[in-house]
Amino acid sequence: MALLDIRRRSGYLFLAVMLFHVILISAQVNSRSGVPVLESVTFGVFAEAQRGLSTAVSGLRRMWGRYVWLRGVEAENANLRRQLEAVQVQYQERRALADRARSLEDLLALRDRSNLETVAAEIIAASASPDFRTLTIDKGTNQGLKRDMAVIASEGVVGRIVVPSSDAAKVQMLIDRNAAAGALIERSRAQGVALGGGDSRLRLDYVSEASDVVVGDLVVTSGIDGIYPKGFSIGTVESVEKNGPSYRRITIKPAVNFSSLETVLVVLTQTPAAPTEEQKE
Amino acid sequence: MKAAGIILAIVLALALQTTIARFIVSGRVAVDLVLVVVVYVALSSGSVAGMMTGTVAGLIQDSLQTGVIGIGGLAKTIVGFITGVIGTQLNIAEPVARFVVFFAATVAHQAITIGLNAVLGLRTFGVPYAAIAGEALANAVVGVAAFQVAELLPGAVERRRMGRGRLRR
Repeated sequence: MALLDIRRRSGYLFLAVMLFHVILISAQVNSRSGVPVLESVTFGVFAEAQRGLSTAVSGLRRMWGRYVWLRGVEAENANLRRQLEAVQVQYQERRALADRARSLEDLLALRDRSNLETVAAEIIAASASPDFRTLTIDKGTNQGLKRDMAVIASEGVVGRIVVPSSDAAKVQMLIDRNAAAGALIERSRAQGVALGGGDSRLRLDYVSEASDVVVGDLVVTSGIDGIYPKGFSIGTVESVEKNGPSYRRITIKPAVNFSSLETVLVVLTQTPAAPTEEQKE
Repeated sequence: MKAAGIILAIVLALALQTTIARFIVSGRVAVDLVLVVVVYVALSSGSVAGMMTGTVAGLIQDSLQTGVIGIGGLAKTIVGFITGVIGTQLNIAEPVARFVVFFAATVAHQAITIGLNAVLGLRTFGVPYAAIAGEALANAVVGVAAFQVAELLPGAVERRRMGRGRLRR
C-alpha cells in the first residue's frame, strides 16, 4: 500500500531524489570562494532564513512595543512632559541670566568709560498708565538717589528720576510727553531740545535755521539742562521736515529700546548746567 | 523479487562494463551498459523504478570512478524518471520506438553530465558529438537487443519445456 502511495507520488519522490543528488554533489564541489558549495548554499539559505526570521521578530517586537504593550506609556509620557517643561523653564532662566549678564557687562563698561559715579538699578515695574512713560527701579534714596538724577543705559539716555522713595524710584523716560533733554547734533554741533512725544519717537525742537541737520545724524545730550551728562547718545535723526529756511519738524529715533530695558545706571553725580554757546560768548 | 532482479542486472552491467572496457583501444567504452539497464527498467517497470534504478546504478558507477559522486547518479535518475514517464504515456512496444528512446536517453544523459560538469567548473571540454552519437547508437542497439532477448526468452523456454514433454510421452 505504501509502495503504491509512493508510486502515485512519483513526482515528489523524484524531487527528493534530485535534492539528494544535488546535496551530495554540493558537498564535494568547492565554490569560487573555495568553500564547499553545500556549505556555501546552506549558509546562504540559513543566513536568508535568519534574516527573514530576525526581520519578522523585530517587526513583531516593534508592533508589540508600539501598538500593544503600552502599559506605563501614558505615565512615562506625562513624566517626560513634566521633565521637558522643567528643562524648558531652566533653559529660559539660563537664557535670561545670560542676557542679564550681557546687559550688566555693557553697563559696567559704560561706567568705566564715563568716569561718573553711578549705581546700577534693576527695573521692577513699568508705568501704570499708557499715557505716561515711566519705569520703577529698585533703588531709592537709601542708595543715594535723588530727584532729577539721570538714568542711562549702555545704549544711551533713558530718562531721569522723578519720584525717589526709600528703596525704589520712578523714572520718567525720555519718550514721555513731559520729558525733555538738552541735545546737540554730534556732527554739526547744532543745538536743540529733545522732547518726548508720548510715543516711541522724540522730537528735536529749537534748532537754529542756520544749523545743519540731516537724516542719520547722531543726537547726543548737550548737558545744558543740568540733568543729563554731556555726550550721551539720545538717538539718530530719522526725518527732517523744513518749512522754508526753518526746520518744521525733526524726528529722532531713540538709541535706547525702552521696551527691552532690564538694568540701568543712575548717575549719582549731578551735572551742573553747562553754559550755552551764547553764554560762553 | 523484482528489486533483486534489478540489482542483479545493475551488478551484471557494471561487471560487463568494467570487463569489456579493456578491450577498447582508446580506453573509452562506447556503450554504457548501466544506462541501458536503467532505461530498460524504466521502460518495463515505470518512472519510479527507473528513477531508483538510475539513482542506485549511477551512484555505484560514480563511486567506482574518481570524479564527483552524484553527477552520474543525478543524470541517470533524471533519465530513468523521464524515460519511465514516456514509457507509461506512449506505446514503446515497437523496436524502432525503443531504439529512439534508448538513443535519446543516451544523448540526454550525456547532455546532463556535460552540463553539470560545466556548471560546476569541473571539466572544460567541448561537446564530443561523434562520441555521443556513437555511444547512443551502441546503447540503442544493445537496449533493443536486450528487449528482444527478454521477450523471446520466456517463449523459447516454454517451447523447450513443451518439446521435452512430447519426447517423454
